[in-house]
Amino acid sequence: MTKAEIALALYEKVGGFSKKETADLVELVFDLMKNTLGSGENIKVSRFGNFDLRDKRQRPGRNPQTGQPINITARRVLTFKPSQILREALNPDRAAKAEAMGSSSNVDEKSTP
Amino acid sequence: MTKSELINKLATEKNLTKSRAELVVNCIFDTMTEALMREEGIEIRGFGSFTVRHYPSYPGRNPRTGEVVPVPPKRLPFFKVGKELKVTVEDSRKNGKPIVEGRSEGDGDGVDSPAPTT
Repeated sequence: MTKAEIALALYEKVGGFSKKETADLVELVFDLMKNTLGSGENIKVSRFGNFDLRDKRQRPGRNPQTGQPINITARRVLTFKPSQILREALNPDRAAKAEAMGSSSNVDEKSTP
Repeated sequence: MTKSELINKLATEKNLTKSRAELVVNCIFDTMTEALMREEGIEIRGFGSFTVRHYPSYPGRNPRTGEVVPVPPKRLPFFKVGKELKVTVEDSRKNGKPIVEGRSEGDGDGVDSPAPTT
């Protein structure tokens, strides 16, 4: 799936926008997210997941091909942590099982319509 | 930044009502979720890509009792940062910007508070 396909879905599901407008909206949403992360700010998208920045210190590493020791320089990385809802959406059987077994696990039941 | 802050920014920039902007943002993430549910990858150029990874069952442990419990196989979304965003993120570190946990004070004026000099 590409931005163009997301824009098309938006055009079909939310009325009142032209195709050009939905394409612009999708573009802008990802640009806003990029700019936010580029200013060092994390993003939380409820129901979907969090985009978290992490600063990594310099650490020793190895070239996996040659085994030669090298320094891995300090850097900032971006990680995506999927929400519980997204994780359950991808594992419907597991979510159903956890629900049937009661609330013993950390899987809080969220209704998926 | 939270989803509602994203919605507000979108509403401001595109002159939309908040409820309309909310529909748009929710629809985008719902569409992406549906794609992942179909095991369809998502590729947003300049931002990154999402794929679904399969993890086999493995013996796990109940951390409280130490009891061995089988962990069933699962599918998890995996995000790979795009090249452009990767560089942007690293540049923010090089420019001395600290990582902040949301609460957009500088509200998109593009001007940040002075970077710490240490």
